[in-house]
Amino acid sequence: MNAPGRGRILFTALVALVLTVLPLPPWLDVLRPVFLVLAVLYWSVNAPRTGDIALGFFAGLALDVFQGPVLGQHALALTLVTYIGVREHQRIRSKPAFQQALFVFAALAIYEFVLFAIDGWSGHPLTSPLRWAHAVTGALLWPPVAAILGAGSRGRA
Amino acid sequence: MAAFGTAAGRPLQGRGGSPGFRFTLYAALAVVVMYLDQRQHYLEQLRYVLQAAAYPMQLAVNSPPAAWAWIRRSFESREQLQAENARLRAGQRDLELRSMRYEALAHENGELRGLRAALPPVAERWLAAEIVNVQLSSLRQRLLIDRGAVNKVFKAQAVLDDRGLIGQTTHVGPWSAEVILITDPEHAVPVRIERTGLRTIAVGAGDASSLALPYLPANADIKSGDLLVTSGLGGVFPQGYPVARVTEVHRDAVQPLAHVRAAPLAHIDTDSEVMLVWFRADHPAAPTPTTDSLGELRSGTPSMQPQAVPPRPQVAAPGPSAAAPRPATPRKQPAESEAAEPKAAAPQPAAPQPAAPQPAAPQPAAPQPATPEPATPEPTTPQPDASQSKEGQ
Repeated sequence: MNAPGRGRILFTALVALVLTVLPLPPWLDVLRPVFLVLAVLYWSVNAPRTGDIALGFFAGLALDVFQGPVLGQHALALTLVTYIGVREHQRIRSKPAFQQALFVFAALAIYEFVLFAIDGWSGHPLTSPLRWAHAVTGALLWPPVAAILGAGSRGRA
Repeated sequence: MAAFGTAAGRPLQGRGGSPGFRFTLYAALAVVVMYLDQRQHYLEQLRYVLQAAAYPMQLAVNSPPAAWAWIRRSFESREQLQAENARLRAGQRDLELRSMRYEALAHENGELRGLRAALPPVAERWLAAEIVNVQLSSLRQRLLIDRGAVNKVFKAQAVLDDRGLIGQTTHVGPWSAEVILITDPEHAVPVRIERTGLRTIAVGAGDASSLALPYLPANADIKSGDLLVTSGLGGVFPQGYPVARVTEVHRDAVQPLAHVRAAPLAHIDTDSEVMLVWFRADHPAAPTPTTDSLGELRSGTPSMQPQAVPPRPQVAAPGPSAAAPRPATPRKQPAESEAAEPKAAAPQPAAPQPAAPQPAAPQPAAPQPATPEPATPEPTTPQPDASQSKEGQ
């Protein structure tokens, strides 16, 4: 598999960050997947050498600046997600899209659970069940997101 | 980013440690960052820098909606503009009529309180800020505004719109500031029921249209339609600003507490502009500073107090006089000269201002250092370090 360049990964991460902070009406915003997590997860699975845990950490830090009540919260969650992605990348890459989506759902649930736990510990509890909704929509949107992100490298391979 | 630029052929374990090692490293780093950030002061500088770095991108994200709004505004028809103009003119006339007697009433109020001259308005300075249209956090009620430390915005500053309270600033960057709305589930604002003077706390319910009043006993005198105003406690908001109107009171014979909901008066979800307000510290209606005189009243861990913000002593002591409290010198003057005297050089004595004439908010008299005001209390005179002394939080 042709490893995508560093610039390409950073560019997609930046686009994903913009999509993540784009203003949306509240009902749609609840359903919006965290595109940055999806992109970082995609790269950690498909390009584990370049898009690895450091990418997860810094992407999480960026999310913290935009959305986090505590600095380092998203960084920790995304570090964990990328670690899982890098560790299991060979197993996941070979699976069909449906099973990949199941894995993404599990990763997003873990991600959200880390955020949830840190929210509670740091005194910013947010117990609304809606906070878990993006794990479902993220998993549902995984096939198109993966297709878009993979379009470039697949063509070259 | 040590992992970038490594040869693709080598095994994963070969460079920069195994994934497990690097995970441990970055996770530890994240935990340290979190710990330092929770301890507030250590990462204020870093947050300030990061907020500055994020601002261009937030502006870029905001630009398409802003451009769209601009285009729509510039193509508004003549009739629309004329209609708006007429409406604004009517509104201004109404306001002028309403404020016509304001001077006289303010003076009369000062006399009733035994002060020698009318007090200046509690709001000393205000500044309009535009809302930057960025999704800060879903499910949390936050806003980003385009004013920051260069505009002397400080942390825990009151934010209003033309109808009522909106919230307060939480993180201040150089050109932007994050505002937590009163409807955020983490936010609580000390309020007073205007009709009865009963004080309680309004907590955000998590959606833009309601507040909860969870601490009222079932027999509390409150009914739908009651106006809630700020009580001046808590050290952030001054007394008497409208907050919300009670929409729903539900009493259950089994429950000891009433279930009360209120709708905020500010149009939080449709506003495009908000007001940042600086308040006079030595005004009786100013937010009660949480000074040492109140220290013994607090008990338990500060984070567990039902307050809008963690108590910070400096927050509500904006004026220069609060920093150096001098003994009050109440000068008794005959009543005739009170009316004749101009506002200039009015000492505000503490003694003739007991808690009694102000039953709604008895606190202000106790903790405020009543000092003779050095400058003329003109409403528009900016006080020299009104905002500097607040920045040390």
